Amino acid sequence: MKGVRHYPGFLPLTILCLIVLYAPLAVVAVYSFNASTSITQWGGFSLRWYADVFTGAEAERFGQAAWNSLTIALIAATTATAIATAAALAMIRGGPFRGRQASFALINLPLMVPEIVIAVATLIFFSTIGLTTGYLTILLAHITFCIPFAYLPIAARLEGIEGTYEQAARDLYATRAQAFRLILLPLMMPGVISGWLLAFIISLDDFIITNFVKGAGMETLPTAIFGSVKQGIKPNIMAISTLMLLVSVLFVTAAYLINRKGQKTP
Amino acid sequence: MAAPGPQPQTGDAAYRGIVRPLLLPTWAVIGILMVLPVALMAVYSFLTKEFRGGVEWDFTLAAYDQFFVTRGLFGDEPPQIEWTYISIFWRSIWQAALATLLCLLIGFPTAWFIATRPAKTRGIWLFLITIPYWVNLLIRTVSLRFLLRDQGPLNEGLIDLGLISEPLQIINTNLAVQLGLFYSYLPFMVLPIYAAVERYNFALSEAAADLYASRWATLREIVLPVVKPGIIAGCILVFVPSLGAFLAPDLLGGAKTFMIGSLIDEQFKGSQGNWPFGAAVAMILMSLVLIVLLLYARAQTRGAR
Repeated sequence: MKGVRHYPGFLPLTILCLIVLYAPLAVVAVYSFNASTSITQWGGFSLRWYADVFTGAEAERFGQAAWNSLTIALIAATTATAIATAAALAMIRGGPFRGRQASFALINLPLMVPEIVIAVATLIFFSTIGLTTGYLTILLAHITFCIPFAYLPIAARLEGIEGTYEQAARDLYATRAQAFRLILLPLMMPGVISGWLLAFIISLDDFIITNFVKGAGMETLPTAIFGSVKQGIKPNIMAISTLMLLVSVLFVTAAYLINRKGQKTP
Repeated sequence: MAAPGPQPQTGDAAYRGIVRPLLLPTWAVIGILMVLPVALMAVYSFLTKEFRGGVEWDFTLAAYDQFFVTRGLFGDEPPQIEWTYISIFWRSIWQAALATLLCLLIGFPTAWFIATRPAKTRGIWLFLITIPYWVNLLIRTVSLRFLLRDQGPLNEGLIDLGLISEPLQIINTNLAVQLGLFYSYLPFMVLPIYAAVERYNFALSEAAADLYASRWATLREIVLPVVKPGIIAGCILVFVPSLGAFLAPDLLGGAKTFMIGSLIDEQFKGSQGNWPFGAAVAMILMSLVLIVLLLYARAQTRGAR
């Protein structure tokens, strides 16, 4: 008898859950080091497909796509984080105000509406106002759906900071701007950084909405990969996938560690 | 205890006076780039399609008519119910429901197991569950396709082990799509159930055990009713995105597994597209999702009472 918390079979199912989550990624990561041109035969360990990503026939196309993805993610994450930080200040430190419920619903709207519906609506909107689809339309769409992802960790962090720190600063004749810049913002920073990192990953990840609003000839990494995969999975795709996987894991681990470290200090 | 007169500027409401300017960017961006577009999409669903892919501003019910009603090949027969699109919706609901069930069967034990670990290691377990969610969905779906292929590592492995002699045909079946959806959204099931189990008072289980209830009777009669809100939240978080999914059906399924996402996507591709029809299908999908969310909100307020 191991107590009421123990259920036989739950540990194997948990392990099964982890295997299901990681096995496909692990298999692709392993096969990205395959020396063979065939994706089915194992031809020994090699880094040739990683070299191919940077120098091969598709290197220029993927390089341009990666540049677009990175710059869009940087600008979108930064803009969304600034907007979300202001919103969090109003929602958490604004006291009760009219339209608070509506504002909360609005911030979370991008999480409620199915992605494909957002994609259709955004394309129709840009087409109606006559904005040619391309870099700018992708960027605008990304800023919008990144806001809730940046908002959540920032608001969570802000809720955990007592008002007394700023109160003390204000009592010592700091202006609200000074109290924000010198006291509140440094305390909020772990939340702001994780919000930015998550928004960055979400932007880098997006396929469905980007695919609708990108226009002809414009590619981000996911749309370029999708285009290649349609003709079959090639080894260089596995190398790119593994590199992107690595970037995602690094970013999320950083967000996790920064948040945890932030929780230890008051 | 509402204090009369002007309130002191406490730190907790330090930004009371400038709430509007602080929220203005959010309202502007989400209002203009999401609320307005969805409203415009509703209008588009009542417009006339143009042959080059686009619309003419003539209001009509043609898109909804095309979805629900058929008048035969030449349009001269008495109107009947058109089953083509309804059956695509039905299949999508069915696929999403099976994927949700699969997530629940694996997700509940996982969430329970993690929530009953010592507080120190819980964070690590949770982190392990969430990492795959942050990996690009496209890459995860492509990886699954690679793994499940006829000559893929899974089939090769099973053949090498002597368990099967012919490769299993998994890709391009309903099962592959269900597995894809399950794999895409599994963390969404684990996290809310974990949050519910973590708050569960295990003294209830101990009381049941003292009264000679078996482990499984306790799970069924005591635990499940208490953590039900977490289970329902998890089911909604998996079901809703599964319903409108595009990548899993497109990359793992075939023509027979066509789902709502692909139907909408087709209407906006090239000159063969039909924008009003695509907008109408998206409206119907959004209405379905809203109904599910409203039912959920109602169940929650009823539960709180």
